[in-house]
Amino acid sequence: MASLIKCPHCGVRPREEFSVRGDASVVRPSPAASDEEWHRYVHIRENPRGPYREHWQHAAGCRRWLVVHRNNVTHEVYDVMDAATVAKEVAQ
Amino acid sequence: MTSFRLSSGGLVSRAKPLAFTFDGRTMRGFEGDTLAAAMLANDQMLVGRSFKYHRPRGIVTAGSSEPNALVTIGSGGRAEPNTRATVAEIYQGMVATSQNRWPSLKFDIGALNSLLSPFLGAGFYYKTFMWPSAFWEKLYEPLIRRAAGLGRASFEADPDRYEKAWAHCDLLIVGAGPAGLMAALTAGRAGLRVILADEDFRLGGSLLSEAVAIGDQPASEFASSVIAELASLPSVTLMPRTTVFGWYDDMVFGAVEGVQKHVSVPSSDRPVERLWRIVAKRAILATGAEERPLVFGGNDRPGVMMAGAVRTYLNRHAVAVGKRVAIFTNGGSGYRAARDLAAQGIEIAAIIDGRAASTNEAPAGVRVMRGGSVVATRGRHRIEALIAERSGYDETIACDALAMSGGWSPVIQLACQRGGKPVWSEDRQAFLAPDVGPQLRMAGAAAGEESIAVCMRHGRDQARAALADLGVSVPLVVIPGVEGETDGSFSPLWYVPGARDKAFVDFQNDVHVKDFGLAQREGFGHIEHTKRYTTAGMATDQGKLGNVNAIGIVAGMGGVSPADLGTTTFRPFYTPVSFGALAGAEVAERAKPVRRSPLHEWAKKNGAVFVESGLWHRSAWFSLPGEKTWRESVDREVLNVRANVGLCDVSTLGKIEVFGKDAAEFLNRIYSNAMLRLPVGKARYGLMLREDGVVFDDGTVSRLGEDHFVVTTTTAYAGEAMSHMEFAAQTFWPELDVRFVSVSDQWAQMSLAGPRARDVMSQLVEDDISNEAFPFLGVREVALKGGVRARLFRISFSGELAYELAVPAGYGEAVADALMEAGSKHGICPYGVEALNVLRIEKGHVTHSELDGRTTADDVGLGRMVSGQKPDFIGKRLSTRFGLTAADRTQLVGLKPVDRAKELKAGAHLLKEGAKPSTVNDQGHITSACHSPVLGHSIALAMLKSGRERFGEKVVVWDGLRGEEFQAEVCSPVFVDPQNRKLHL
Repeated sequence: MASLIKCPHCGVRPREEFSVRGDASVVRPSPAASDEEWHRYVHIRENPRGPYREHWQHAAGCRRWLVVHRNNVTHEVYDVMDAATVAKEVAQ
Repeated sequence: MTSFRLSSGGLVSRAKPLAFTFDGRTMRGFEGDTLAAAMLANDQMLVGRSFKYHRPRGIVTAGSSEPNALVTIGSGGRAEPNTRATVAEIYQGMVATSQNRWPSLKFDIGALNSLLSPFLGAGFYYKTFMWPSAFWEKLYEPLIRRAAGLGRASFEADPDRYEKAWAHCDLLIVGAGPAGLMAALTAGRAGLRVILADEDFRLGGSLLSEAVAIGDQPASEFASSVIAELASLPSVTLMPRTTVFGWYDDMVFGAVEGVQKHVSVPSSDRPVERLWRIVAKRAILATGAEERPLVFGGNDRPGVMMAGAVRTYLNRHAVAVGKRVAIFTNGGSGYRAARDLAAQGIEIAAIIDGRAASTNEAPAGVRVMRGGSVVATRGRHRIEALIAERSGYDETIACDALAMSGGWSPVIQLACQRGGKPVWSEDRQAFLAPDVGPQLRMAGAAAGEESIAVCMRHGRDQARAALADLGVSVPLVVIPGVEGETDGSFSPLWYVPGARDKAFVDFQNDVHVKDFGLAQREGFGHIEHTKRYTTAGMATDQGKLGNVNAIGIVAGMGGVSPADLGTTTFRPFYTPVSFGALAGAEVAERAKPVRRSPLHEWAKKNGAVFVESGLWHRSAWFSLPGEKTWRESVDREVLNVRANVGLCDVSTLGKIEVFGKDAAEFLNRIYSNAMLRLPVGKARYGLMLREDGVVFDDGTVSRLGEDHFVVTTTTAYAGEAMSHMEFAAQTFWPELDVRFVSVSDQWAQMSLAGPRARDVMSQLVEDDISNEAFPFLGVREVALKGGVRARLFRISFSGELAYELAVPAGYGEAVADALMEAGSKHGICPYGVEALNVLRIEKGHVTHSELDGRTTADDVGLGRMVSGQKPDFIGKRLSTRFGLTAADRTQLVGLKPVDRAKELKAGAHLLKEGAKPSTVNDQGHITSACHSPVLGHSIALAMLKSGRERFGEKVVVWDGLRGEEFQAEVCSPVFVDPQNRKLHL
């Protein structure tokens, strides 16, 4: 896991300021979606090796939720974006 | 006397003598000595007993790889066990104590283990102490731990301070030897930010131990002049006494700096150790090389030392390790030792060279036995002779020290801590660092280079390459010539055949050659398995000395190259780091801070007894004179609230202000019940679900304005609820205009409850708070007499007529005092969380005892709070799934013991009458229980299968833990005022 994270709002900060929630690729289904979709959204997570998008919160900083795109093998961090920006992109 | 201080020379300050004790004996050394050097100067070669066989052991090295010379330094809370005497800097009054011996170092009962050694091979303990299994924990393990051990931790508190810090630089150089100094000079002269760190208290590395000349200066003087120049450069930071122990992601290095470990009385103004995290754009490891021991019979006898260490003690500390020193070598290092010893007039017993031929030259008159080997040593607490063998003929050679050298292993640990595996070099007969990219480069001996001249050039060139990566070109540092260097090459010799005594590979763990054979035969051939089975390479030295020999031996047994076998994994820490340094300032209240309510002082002066609840200290009850038990106080408080009025501190509840034109819409989606049309000036009880349909948290939602709400959470979930709301706003519904502020600490909040509550509150509030003007669930901003603006909520957890009054935190104590004053004629009493708990159980209100992460809203009787009308809210979809709506789910009920004298206790399970206690027969459990002073007996809330249909039924309360079993009657969970009349008074 990275030692330093570049928060889009606060700059480079130590990892200890962040908390990790998990897979950021899942999208909350609409209320009308099928049982299967909801089951997968709530209970099923991939455990990929390699590139991975995760939700991290800058809990001891700006408190914004971020999408950290990183590699869990090499520990390289490709980019960090505000989660709202990502969510708006996904919505479009 | 065998080892002694030379009359002149060395890099110690003879003008500054220092006295210290070892095992109570006073000894003297000089400033600039390590403890090991000073002990040798006092002819103290025996320093400890070995881990398993309790064999006498002496000093082997002059650095951080030392396996034997582990001592406890200091006493009381400052006692630090397992400190390597070879790196500890002496100070006036130092108290050093040997370890793992009883009753004394010279006479150790545990040495009897040596007689049992045929039975004590690898895996012995695992195989032997198997039966009966119950004996392991109580008998075998404590016995083994006592017999086989290192030093003991102090049980006293550490009186010293530690701290943590960050540092940033362009180039971090680890190791201040020939390569590191030239790298630092190259980058420093160019004005780059350089950090040069070295574990030693004196910078210079091997230059401090070498008897060569650089330019026209002795090596150590050359080092001093370079260091003086570096110290004068403003962009260069020199960090002696600093061990870089780990390489982490994003070019962050962990280092520990000894700030005051070397002083008699540490100043309390400064830490004793500082833990650094160093962020470097580029790094150079100039960590040097570790000399390999030779694995021959009796190679652990005190007086057998590394040839390089012998030279360090001689040249740097002016200490001769013996008067008649023998040398066993397979390369040039042994000859260098012979040359330096001879130059000081020390007699050389013989050089035994494992090679049949070499270009190395012995000093004049010294006998060289080529193609020979040492097969045994003699002597009790110190070597007295060795037995050399050549071509089948034995010869006993008298000596009082034996310098050995099996070649060199580059120190590459840091470069391999992030997944890169060491690479075997046939050419160098050593493991080298893998290519880990341009950010981290190896220089000098750490890269497998040999001579000082080559290492200096390599350090300079690696620095130039690192700076070129950063786009900086720097002038070439001119490096003076080196005079007096000899061929240092070697040919590997993993172990010496024909051993007549144990031939140790890992001194610290007492692992000898035969243990590896056993591991092979028993199937632990993989090097990682071999390590665990034999314990080679474990403990404080992490195999710095023995690992490469172990790999060579195991590879040889399997008939493969070390390249095929590979190495074990290198992980931080390079050397042991104290817990104190890792904890830094985060100890005691800084590790677990205390959260105090703004009403803490008010509670304290009113006689509160506090209880820890997470980080909070909450007032549990308020003891009055004459009350002997907590129950007496709690019962009185409850009855007084029901009859008159009480004041309770509820400041610890989470408080979140929610703003924005979509705030109502947002809360409507966060809570399971409807919030959209909550009127301004009204509060509503709210339930949050998790997305899987289970209850997450509860609290109140109050609308202060069209676009402004304040919500409360439970004390425990304040942080999680805030984070949950932030996540939902950002990732689910980023289009909503809503913002949050946590104000938990900004408001002092107090609950005034009881039939006289209005009489008391109206004395403080300017506004009309009559039942008509301010009915149940009313919320408004009010002016207190005196002008303080406050928020008043007519909400109740106790079931009584109640208000919660929130004032800015700083006014809390004064307002609480005023309420107590106003309430004095109405019989007011303060009450704590214990009474609050009784009040809410009597009223059937749930907390996280019931909302335990498994219960649904319907389970706790709040099914009506899950809206069927709203299009969406968190948890809506899965709250209707089959499992969560099954008819036999447990439901919230009340319980009364049939025999009213019995006491219900939380955690007890419920059974049908006549059923045997089993998982299948389990009907539910008690979640909360208390003595109800209103009813005069014990009551409980419980989760019972289909409970709401079972009011009036008798069930068995079974408490296996406390051995109790009795009948209870199922009833409504609301024991007091089921019609809610009191709320609306």
